[in-house]
Amino acid sequence: MSDEITREIFDHIVSLAALELDETEAEYLRQQLNNQLKAIHELEAIPLEGGIPPTSHGVPYSPEIKPTVRADKWHPYPNPAEILAQAPETDDGYILVPDIPHTDLD
Amino acid sequence: MNLSDLPAIQISQMIHSGQVSARQVTEAALDRIAAIDGSPPSLAPDAETSHETDKIHAFITVTTERALERAAEIDRRLAAGEDPGTLAGVPFTVKDIFCTRGVLTSAGSRILGNFIAPYTATPVERMEAAGAVMLGKLNMDEFAYGSSSESSAFQPSPRNPWDTSRVPGGSSGGSTAAVAGGEGPLSIGTDTAGSIRQPAAFCGVVGVKPTYGRVSRYGLIAFGSSLDCPGPVARNISDAALMLGVIAGADPRDATTPNVPVPNYLEGLEKGVRGMRIGLSPDYFQITFPDPHTGELQRAPIAPEIEAAVMKAAGRLAELGADIVENVPMPHTPYGIPAYFVISRVEAASNLHRYDGVKYGYRTPEMVDELAEMYRKTRAQGFGLQPKLRILMGMYVSAAQYSEQYYNRAQRVRTLLRKDFVQAFDPAGPYRLDALLTPTTPTTAFPIGDVYGDTVLMQYADQLTVPANHAGIPGISLPCGLDSQGLPIGLQLLGPDFSEATLLRIGRAYEMVTASDSWRSIKPAVLRSLA
Repeated sequence: MSDEITREIFDHIVSLAALELDETEAEYLRQQLNNQLKAIHELEAIPLEGGIPPTSHGVPYSPEIKPTVRADKWHPYPNPAEILAQAPETDDGYILVPDIPHTDLD
Repeated sequence: MNLSDLPAIQISQMIHSGQVSARQVTEAALDRIAAIDGSPPSLAPDAETSHETDKIHAFITVTTERALERAAEIDRRLAAGEDPGTLAGVPFTVKDIFCTRGVLTSAGSRILGNFIAPYTATPVERMEAAGAVMLGKLNMDEFAYGSSSESSAFQPSPRNPWDTSRVPGGSSGGSTAAVAGGEGPLSIGTDTAGSIRQPAAFCGVVGVKPTYGRVSRYGLIAFGSSLDCPGPVARNISDAALMLGVIAGADPRDATTPNVPVPNYLEGLEKGVRGMRIGLSPDYFQITFPDPHTGELQRAPIAPEIEAAVMKAAGRLAELGADIVENVPMPHTPYGIPAYFVISRVEAASNLHRYDGVKYGYRTPEMVDELAEMYRKTRAQGFGLQPKLRILMGMYVSAAQYSEQYYNRAQRVRTLLRKDFVQAFDPAGPYRLDALLTPTTPTTAFPIGDVYGDTVLMQYADQLTVPANHAGIPGISLPCGLDSQGLPIGLQLLGPDFSEATLLRIGRAYEMVTASDSWRSIKPAVLRSLA
């Protein structure tokens, strides 16, 4: 089992996460991640044989209490300008972003 | 008696009967905020504000005008012979992680530091529909990632009303500090690993983490979507029961709120505990913690004062006729935090990918050439260390090559954590518990700066509360005394799915039997110095 998040792995995740870090931040975060990983390794002490299924959330939704799915209806927001006003940059109802360079897919 | 120190139920009765107006109550609460809260925190705090170390700094935003207008509306409706609702004119506060239309909703983060929510979260909407008056939005750990409220991008962070050199706990530390200080008798918090119960214990107030799905998450800025539970913070059990009844229930806008009727939590609240089976588990009286130097995990008995207070509480409940069942095995308790390190990070990382500087929130002011650079700079400048840490850990443990050993394993351990509770509460099992009685926290409130920075040690503050989040079951924390430093001690009651009424009933029985205990007459330090 991998025991340490190396600088190489760390830099790869930072890039996938669309982050950029200064050197001090990077060192602190990598150290904290590795400390947390040590705690996570405690989980290996638990025997998980015998087909223990994963749990994605605690409370089971039995048919009696299963939430009713709401009708798939469109509810227009009364004032879209209010929502658009939250965007950092807009023009005539469009949200503006910096250039997206053209890339060829392999 | 100052109106700000009265319980919500009494305030509502006085307003309904015309003894006081909603305006008077709101003004009293705003006066209290002015007296003890200090200058509002900011993203660029000045030195003077940071030196206000005798204030509690619970609020990010005080919505004075909105509150006074709302109070006037309640008074007008009462004068017209209408009933504005069970919480008519009762002031309440909201953790800044719930969207409130037209009001800053920051989640304690720079990346949402300018976000004015275009809609209102269901729990807030339900409080207002019941006549309650929102006073403002409260500071918290950034995106709720912490147990001390110190990680907020808005500084200074909240302080503990019992000793302002100590943390109020977190992440709902603003909520519990506000309620303890009389800045509104009710607050809405959220609990993902203990974020309502742990700060409630630290601040000497009542905190309820309802069953997963009992209270809608619509309008709640997501942290760990399978763990997050909005819930009440109050000064006593009856107020918490009243508030839970208002905010709980199915919501078509949150597909995880089940169709389970909401009982009247006040009915039967004082029926006592005779014949109830209340368990004690040795697994909740020992703590696991990482050595600050080596990082190795150690196990030790819990702080003797906390153990003594909880055992004494068990004794009082036994005197009232409860059967105390000892030695209930909860063997997977120590694995709650390691499993949480995986599951909460994966969910948090997934929820944080939406913040990109495009549609709302912060965008880097720097000139950039292309979109990906804008994303990187915006997220680097907008997120503090805690969200960055959760994004990176979440992505690492869920990466294809690691997810089997980390994420899938943690989810299977989660199954075992729930199984511990299912067996303890099984009506046909050997223990047949109505509730499990435990300490809420391994320590009382720690000094500001003592733990912050060590993210592993900080997480272990939640070790006695996090199993309930994994299992989805409800839990409450209520005060059960003060330690030798005068800091509140919390006791926790955990029960089966949707057993909030039972837990509140036990809590109320304990409150009644300890009503004349000397520690109950002691007020938080910030209130003792008020004229």
